[in-house]
Amino acid sequence: MESDVLVVDDSAAIRKILQRVLRQTGMAIGTVYEAGDGQEALDLLKAHKIDLVLTDINMPKMDGIQLLGAIKGSAEWNSIPVMMITTEGGETKVGEAVRLGASGYVRKPFTADQIKEKLAGIVELALAL
Amino acid sequence: MNVQETLTKSLAEATRQVFSTMLSMEVEITETLVERGLPEATDGLVSFIGLAGTWAGTGSLCCSKTLGCIICSRMLMVEATSIDEEVLDAVAEITNMVIGSVKTELEATLGPLGLSIPTVVFGRNFTTKSAGNTDWMVVRCRCEGEILSVKMCLAPSEKISHVVPHSLGQTCVVNL
Repeated sequence: MESDVLVVDDSAAIRKILQRVLRQTGMAIGTVYEAGDGQEALDLLKAHKIDLVLTDINMPKMDGIQLLGAIKGSAEWNSIPVMMITTEGGETKVGEAVRLGASGYVRKPFTADQIKEKLAGIVELALAL
Repeated sequence: MNVQETLTKSLAEATRQVFSTMLSMEVEITETLVERGLPEATDGLVSFIGLAGTWAGTGSLCCSKTLGCIICSRMLMVEATSIDEEVLDAVAEITNMVIGSVKTELEATLGPLGLSIPTVVFGRNFTTKSAGNTDWMVVRCRCEGEILSVKMCLAPSEKISHVVPHSLGQTCVVNL
């Protein structure tokens, strides 16, 4: 069965790179939806059944931490794995993301292999539950 | 090591790492310097990101139109020959990664710092200025035969009331 993925980043360049990396993972990826901020992401979550979210932290309107909080605070969406991909490497932001329930964390700059490795871990964990 | 030395070293290392990891490009550090006062007029692309916390300032990346197009082409695997939204976005994101990496390293010494959304300017014969009189730490590099400058000014917050880039001359300003 294919997984539909939501990629959230205010940079179209990063969204494009992540689309490409997702297609290279070997995972069965269905539709990849794109959002430029947390608010757009919530609108897409309401409209589609999303299986995985990859999100940046620093974004306009609604940042990635607020988006993560909204997903994990929702009975409908709280089982969706959320992976953070961001330049933020400070313990405050990482700690907050982990506390809110982020499934993984990759710091920019990233390699395709780092994303693939984290995604494999998330999929393995999801299958074990 | 003082903050200025840490900053210069961190800017050089972050630039090397981001260009190598995201673009598979080598950068050669040619010069590190302290820039005081108004820089000379320039052409090309300049991106800015604000930093705020107990210390505040601005991070910046300056490059030619040619290098901007090369960055976009390498990042997105498309051919970019003129400045468009994709080139501006790619340069903004590379700046975000370089300055974000420096920010993370500085936080160990200076405490939590916030990072703004990047702004990119493309134009000819323009100059930039920060409100306040903080010096800029500048790392100059050579990359694909072009010059790349990565800069940061940072000072305790009480010394900087507000830091805003200004542009003069023929410029096109794009907020990303």
